[in-house]
Amino acid sequence: MSILTDIKEIFTGLSITLRHIFRKPVTVQFPEERRPMPERFRGSIVLTRDPDGAERCVACYLCSGACPVDCISMAAAEGENGRRYAAWFRINFSRCILCGLCAEACPTLAIQMSPEMFNCRRQVIDMVYEKEDLLIDGTGKDPDYNFYRHAGIGVVQPRGSGDGEQAPFDPRSLMP
Amino acid sequence: MTWDTVDIALMLGKIVFVFAVILTYAAYLVLAERRILGFLQDRIGPNRVGPWGLLQPLADVIKMLTKEDMIPSAADRLLFSLAPAMAALPAILTFAIIPLGAPVEIMGHKVTMQVADLNVGVLYFMALSSVAVYGVALGGWASNSKYALLGSIRGLSQLISYELSMGLSLVPVVMLAKSLSLADIVNAQADMPFIVYQPLAFAIFLVSILAECRRIPFDLPEAEGELVAGFHTEYSGMRFGLFFVGEYINIISLGSLASLFFLGGWRGPLLPPILWFFIKVGLFSFLFIWVRGTLPRLRYDQLMHLGWKFLTPLALLNILVTGWWLALR
Repeated sequence: MSILTDIKEIFTGLSITLRHIFRKPVTVQFPEERRPMPERFRGSIVLTRDPDGAERCVACYLCSGACPVDCISMAAAEGENGRRYAAWFRINFSRCILCGLCAEACPTLAIQMSPEMFNCRRQVIDMVYEKEDLLIDGTGKDPDYNFYRHAGIGVVQPRGSGDGEQAPFDPRSLMP
Repeated sequence: MTWDTVDIALMLGKIVFVFAVILTYAAYLVLAERRILGFLQDRIGPNRVGPWGLLQPLADVIKMLTKEDMIPSAADRLLFSLAPAMAALPAILTFAIIPLGAPVEIMGHKVTMQVADLNVGVLYFMALSSVAVYGVALGGWASNSKYALLGSIRGLSQLISYELSMGLSLVPVVMLAKSLSLADIVNAQADMPFIVYQPLAFAIFLVSILAECRRIPFDLPEAEGELVAGFHTEYSGMRFGLFFVGEYINIISLGSLASLFFLGGWRGPLLPPILWFFIKVGLFSFLFIWVRGTLPRLRYDQLMHLGWKFLTPLALLNILVTGWWLALR
């Protein structure tokens, strides 16, 4: 009889839901508990340092230009050795959409996306991050990369001393 | 019956006590439902306001009271304002006849633990449960909105299909107890709760009170998947809150009636009577939440089919068999 089957099915359903009461909830209570995010997750933006501990950023404005919501601003300055750096560097996280285009545009791998999630704040002004808030001590994703070993020749190092670079060639030596 | 000051004070005390108990119970039933539904679905449920979310009802009330109270311009203002009260009042009034515990002796007065021991208690309950649908019907009608109207039409047609079987399922209980008074019905179960003699009547009554509460699987008047929110689509703020509280008080009062009619009410070994009563009501509340977390909503015609072609004939048959048994005994 179908009615008996129906009643049996109701009790089957009830027993299944009852069993789920005693199962551990799958909820992750976000601000306190966090899931480990994959390495390439775009949670927030950091400024990294090169392997020697100096700032990687050369204040080229490419990230600022690539940013679709215009949330990155900076001012370039030049050190005594001719090396460029950002006098100030500011990311307005209240506008940032964490798209990662800035990290893609960066020629020196200075600006990188971090899997650590950015926390929202109640005050918008608290979400404007300055250079000190953004700089981290590590090298981020490419630990061996140092822009000035490949470029910036003659600025921070003598000509011909970069990786894979040949010594300067004196064309006059070709003269007969 | 002569009334002296102590009697009046006791009566007022009982009314205040019942009000406080059921309103607190209803508020925490909402929280319990959200938590239990959460656990049923492998979630946690609200746990932010206070320890384990215990202050959540307070937060809900504050939210309800501070929300904008809107009345649609096309609505019938009088009926629109009246309907939430019409939904909540019968549920609260039902509690007047429910004995919460054994009679006690206070200052030389024999005090029954119910506000009024009506000798037509069962009829009073049946009458109120019919009146309760006016809240739904008028609310939906006065809103002047298609969803609300559809919801209230469904509420009314649902009423006529379960009310009959609910009333008929109580007839064997009255036949066994030989009284319509709830105190007498509880006393008649001193040896054995009626669920032992009347399992079928209990099952029919259980299904009927699920329909009476307008909860899943019989939440056709609300049917949030089809009718937005059914009869209370246009309600906001505390007016919606009254519908909501009415629904939960309905769960409590119908749960307590089910325990009175079939599980022996406040009777039980060892523990004090009032505790037994609330344990049984709590079990019914849990059952309601559990069923909500399990079953899908019935279709309109399926509910009609269940009420008219299945429950009502079965209840009639049950009455016949009970009468036969009582006559032969």
